[in-house]
Amino acid sequence: MKTFNYTIRDEVGIHARPAGMLAKEAKGFKSEILIEKNGKSVNATKLMMLMGLGVKCGDTVTVTVNGEDEDAAAKAMEEFFTANL
Amino acid sequence: MLKLNGKGVYGAVATGKISVFKRQEAQVRRIHVEDTAAELFRVDAAKKKASEQLSAIYEKALKEVGETNAQIFEIHMMMIEDEDYNESIQSIIENQSVNAEYAVAVTSDNFAEMFSSMDDAYMQARAADVKDISNRIIACMAENGGSDNGSDDKVIICADDLAPSETVSLDKEKVLAFVTAHGSSNSHTAILARNMNIPAIIGVGDELLEKIKDGDMAAVDGYTGEVFIDPDEKTLAEITAKQKSDLEKKELLKSLKGKENITLDGTKVNIFANIGSVDNIGAVLVNDAGGIGLFRSEFLYLENSDYPTEEQQFQAYKKVLESMAGKKVIIRTLDIGADKQVDYFSLDKEENPALGFRAIRICLTRPDIFKTQLRALFRASAFGNLGIMFPMITSVSELEKILAICDEVKAELKESNIEYSEKTEIGIMIETPAAAIISDRLAPMVDFFSVGTNDLTQYTLACDRQNPKLEEFCDTHHEAILRLIEMSAKNAHANGAWIGICGELAADTTLTETFLRMGIDELSVSPSYVLKLRDTVRNINLSK
Repeated sequence: MKTFNYTIRDEVGIHARPAGMLAKEAKGFKSEILIEKNGKSVNATKLMMLMGLGVKCGDTVTVTVNGEDEDAAAKAMEEFFTANL
Repeated sequence: MLKLNGKGVYGAVATGKISVFKRQEAQVRRIHVEDTAAELFRVDAAKKKASEQLSAIYEKALKEVGETNAQIFEIHMMMIEDEDYNESIQSIIENQSVNAEYAVAVTSDNFAEMFSSMDDAYMQARAADVKDISNRIIACMAENGGSDNGSDDKVIICADDLAPSETVSLDKEKVLAFVTAHGSSNSHTAILARNMNIPAIIGVGDELLEKIKDGDMAAVDGYTGEVFIDPDEKTLAEITAKQKSDLEKKELLKSLKGKENITLDGTKVNIFANIGSVDNIGAVLVNDAGGIGLFRSEFLYLENSDYPTEEQQFQAYKKVLESMAGKKVIIRTLDIGADKQVDYFSLDKEENPALGFRAIRICLTRPDIFKTQLRALFRASAFGNLGIMFPMITSVSELEKILAICDEVKAELKESNIEYSEKTEIGIMIETPAAAIISDRLAPMVDFFSVGTNDLTQYTLACDRQNPKLEEFCDTHHEAILRLIEMSAKNAHANGAWIGICGELAADTTLTETFLRMGIDELSVSPSYVLKLRDTVRNINLSK
């Protein structure tokens, strides 16, 4: 299991567009990818739930990756967050 | 002639015939079914068809409104595939033995409800997206493809409301304007209308569809939010004149939108917008302003019949901050007085209202009103990039009192575990000669100054600006005023503060170069002047 914290720097937070991109990215891996904010955790492939988390600029989320390709998936996730959020 | 009022979401005008938008709305009924497998199959088939349609709409949007705005339809396609959404539909069909349409409609309501109940105006508007995809799936099950009603005339589309996909699906060549009875200015439909450069008015109310019919002549003014049914000649002439000036402006827009506010020698300046109501945010965005340099909070007080509550104010400020998505928003605290009367304040009549009991003087005398506003502002600060600005400052001790009240408010919020942003900037208006003259003392206490040139002129030159007879004596370019501004700029910079101008003089392009030479960091003007000013800045060379 791989895990990292990330504080959102994007002005608008995880809104529809970045959520869509994130879900798309997460679907490319076999590992389960969870995004957690304030104790509430959702699967990164689930677009609507992801939007429903209401992640805003300045919020810190915990990303947990678990599965056979977790190294690659965690690396891709970190890159995705740094580049887009 | 009949006049209806709504909210203009895109400033442009149009005249033409009305076409009432007809939607093939499938009435969804709950029907008991035995063969649930067949229903599941129908959902799959409809989803496939819906995805194909969306992919075609995406392509169309890509061409017409660009990738950023088209992406919503890509998200719609992903929403259709969303696991939870599909599991919900499937379980309703299987557990309740009901028809597919009903299962989709119930699921749609539940997910839309989730978004509606979120505390963010942007997310609340996403409920419309859920309903849009669900209605599409339901329509696909009804097995009748949509068809245009064939007319070649350009028309003004009037509808109850329009979903984003409906907006894009309309043939842009045939649409003169949109007018809807409902809808939010945050909706994708409003955003799309702005990007398609089509005049759009929303929220006219139910009377819209009651009072119009297909073929009625109408004039639409997206600036004012007015819709004229069967307009008279005078109205038509006015609209035509606006149309002409729009065309000229559009040319300017095209060449200047997205460009930097930078002089030929590389000096940059911020150009922000002045607004007085939440409804003007659309104009700020369309005109590409870098932020809001002056948001007059008076409207909250003027619109109400009693003091607006903290919650009411918080919601309004939060909405502005969220809509500006991280761009600077400077909100000025209450600035009323005997010249801008509000009944419930019960202010006495004064001989000299401009020199009277107004603005910060009221706030410091009645700290209860002031604190309510400050609490609302600091609470809202957690939702964007806020600056708070105080009007009519004349002394250091006033500012000390204000800062002490701000600290008090922040401490209270902290104690109740209510979030606010530590980065909130504090600034003051330089609109009295006194403030300019002691700007060296005031600057170390604040993050920014903003020069209110209208009052500064009237107080410096002792000219009542309401009196038309004084116009020839009221020289806004008077050296005394320019010296006061220059002095304030020097003192601001010497103390690490920035300085802007938010009065009418900021839009006076004959002074732009003078201001830039003084080192003014920001000019805030009404939204429609932003691009004109950008044009001026880009042609100035300070190295000469």
